[in-house]
Amino acid sequence: MEKEPKDTRVVVGMSGGVDSSVAALLLKEQGYDVVGIFMKNWDDTDEFGVCTATEDFEDVVRVCNQLDIPYYSVNFEKQYWDKVFTYFLDEYKSGRTPNPDVMCNKEIKFKAFLDHAMSLGADYLATGHYARVREQNGQYQMLRGVDDNKDQTYFLNQLSQDVLSKVMFPLGEIPKKEVREIAKQHGLATATKKDSTGICFIGERNFKEFLSEYLPAQPGKMTTMAGEVKGNHDGLMYYTIGQRHGLGIGGSGEPWFVIGKNLKENVLYVGQGFDNDHLYSDALEATDLNWIQEVNLEEPLECTAKFRYRQKDSAVKVYPIGNGEVRVEFAQSERAITPGQAVVFYDGDVCLGGGTIDRVLKNESYIEHLA
Amino acid sequence: MDHIYLDHAATTPVHPEVVKEMVPVLEGIFGNPSSVHHYGRQARKILDQARSTIAHSIGANEKEIVFTSGGTEADNMALLGVARQEQHKGKHIITTSVEHHATLRTAEYLEKQGFEVTYLPVDKNGFISITDLENNLREDTILVSVMYVNNEVGSIQPIQDIGELLKEHQAYFHTDAVQAYGLLSIDVNQLGVDLLSTSAHKIYGPKGIGFLYVREGIQLEPTQYGGEQERKRRAGTENTAAVKGFQAAVELVNNEREGRNHQYNSFKTIFMQGLKEKGVSFTINGDSQHTVSSIINLSFPGTNVESLLTNFDLSGIAASSGSACTAGSVEPSHVLSAMYGSNDERTTNSIRFSFGIANDEEQVKTSAEKVADIVNRLTR
Repeated sequence: MEKEPKDTRVVVGMSGGVDSSVAALLLKEQGYDVVGIFMKNWDDTDEFGVCTATEDFEDVVRVCNQLDIPYYSVNFEKQYWDKVFTYFLDEYKSGRTPNPDVMCNKEIKFKAFLDHAMSLGADYLATGHYARVREQNGQYQMLRGVDDNKDQTYFLNQLSQDVLSKVMFPLGEIPKKEVREIAKQHGLATATKKDSTGICFIGERNFKEFLSEYLPAQPGKMTTMAGEVKGNHDGLMYYTIGQRHGLGIGGSGEPWFVIGKNLKENVLYVGQGFDNDHLYSDALEATDLNWIQEVNLEEPLECTAKFRYRQKDSAVKVYPIGNGEVRVEFAQSERAITPGQAVVFYDGDVCLGGGTIDRVLKNESYIEHLA
Repeated sequence: MDHIYLDHAATTPVHPEVVKEMVPVLEGIFGNPSSVHHYGRQARKILDQARSTIAHSIGANEKEIVFTSGGTEADNMALLGVARQEQHKGKHIITTSVEHHATLRTAEYLEKQGFEVTYLPVDKNGFISITDLENNLREDTILVSVMYVNNEVGSIQPIQDIGELLKEHQAYFHTDAVQAYGLLSIDVNQLGVDLLSTSAHKIYGPKGIGFLYVREGIQLEPTQYGGEQERKRRAGTENTAAVKGFQAAVELVNNEREGRNHQYNSFKTIFMQGLKEKGVSFTINGDSQHTVSSIINLSFPGTNVESLLTNFDLSGIAASSGSACTAGSVEPSHVLSAMYGSNDERTTNSIRFSFGIANDEEQVKTSAEKVADIVNRLTR
């Protein structure tokens, strides 16, 4: 028999932001036994002993006191370093563009943190993610959040059935604008707090500077695909496929873009025009596949996919190619497919799962400079 | 849910008798004790009476008691006051690695100001060695500060032996007696201490009041400037009602100390018996003999402080640990690190339970059961 809300303990992962604050508020209003927990994954203490976590935790404390729920904190710095940050550096070392948020959800928020919540006698773990969970005949589906602009299923593509059976996303049915409104109406301390941007451990800092603290930069040549030298680059890891800014190539004609990398020769390929032909591909191959629900791959799976966050879906066909990997063929050629990023599959609003983009193809052959 | 308070070493509930004594002062005696009129004298009288009771409680005279805002201020006043006053005689200070942060952080500040500080190590039971202290004493040592009772593990340091050793040395002897006052019988002359810190809220008095005992004849450079209160040693209008409450708390101690010690010791026994009956594996941090009755620090192998404390609180058990874990940062206990080494797992899986008048036997039994269930669940 289902438990009453008051007998159902829900641990809410609270970051000190408006989203998780409202998530906690809504659950409290629904009568759940709500417990707020702040998670610390990264130590950014500066020379004055100040760290952003202290400020964020203060906000968690204020909101929890307003909601009259207990609050605690937990530290996953070690797990984060081992499982997320190491992966993050390794990917950059191999010339790819990692997605630490996907990894953080998989390994920290919905693994280490979920385990912690369960050890506290929780029935569910809730977060302020914009996504929905639906149960159908004992199977769990993950659906996009109703606010299309905020939908975060892209980052949650690695969640399993077991995890989904234990999570709640109270904001999935609400547009972001309304979340702010609710926070304001209730006078929550975080109602007008700015949303955090960027990768959590880098925050507002300069990305290049941050990365250079951990990885040695190897400057090299910047050339066209034909080999014409256009200048020097500061280190391949600082550039992403399709990037326009920061190349410093002057002259007449169309603007210049990053169109690829040659890790072996330490060369950054550049080309002119947003729609430069070299940026386009018609298929990709993905690894680390996670299917949230069972999919039948005996026939090519026709669905839609996202290759980066906040991008419109594209029609694709998915074929298994062994080793649990898949080839994804695009209905129309796609610009700037980036190895290391996630490819996430959808059937309408249902997120089917996803994987990591590993290789990019054009006319049935691998594109070396996008590998 | 019923909540059980096992964190008396952090702070204590104000005793009803203390409240009773404070209320008339809050309601009717508002004068400034320094004022030269009727209202001022009324307030001053309360200060004088309290000072007398409190001085007698440690074998001191009234002139030797300086009221402060609590233990932290008293520790700061002792260290900074001596250091600044005596720096012409030397700039060496000796303390221990297991002091309260009120002492440690002040010592670290003094290091930045050019003083040299020796932090004595402790053994596995939390005790310093007298020989060690003797070997570290120098001609330019101006202050030795050793806490009487450790706030995390309850170990009682050999204060009288230290006092004896320092008799013939120029260094002043300060002891932070915040956790000792109210549980141990204290006589400053017998102990041979020159400075001694206490706090009211650890002995069922109000927060915001404490005192520093300063042996007659010792000059301290003040740490704050203003009026001439407390014989020019601590500027600022006295907190009359809190002083009255402190006096009431001390009077209660004078009558109840032995009874309390007896009761807390039996709580300790019952608590550990309860854990053993449920098959919990634990070890005691610190000494089982030279320790105060109210504090017990236990290590639960295979657990961690965050999970334990959160689970305890969600089950209504209020305890704490020496590891600070606010805002998600886990600082392993500096006391347990000093005792066992910083890599020892006991520094991150130990909990301090501290008993007090808020408890009865039934509560102690219940809490042992709850603690046992949680530990067993986490280590299963």
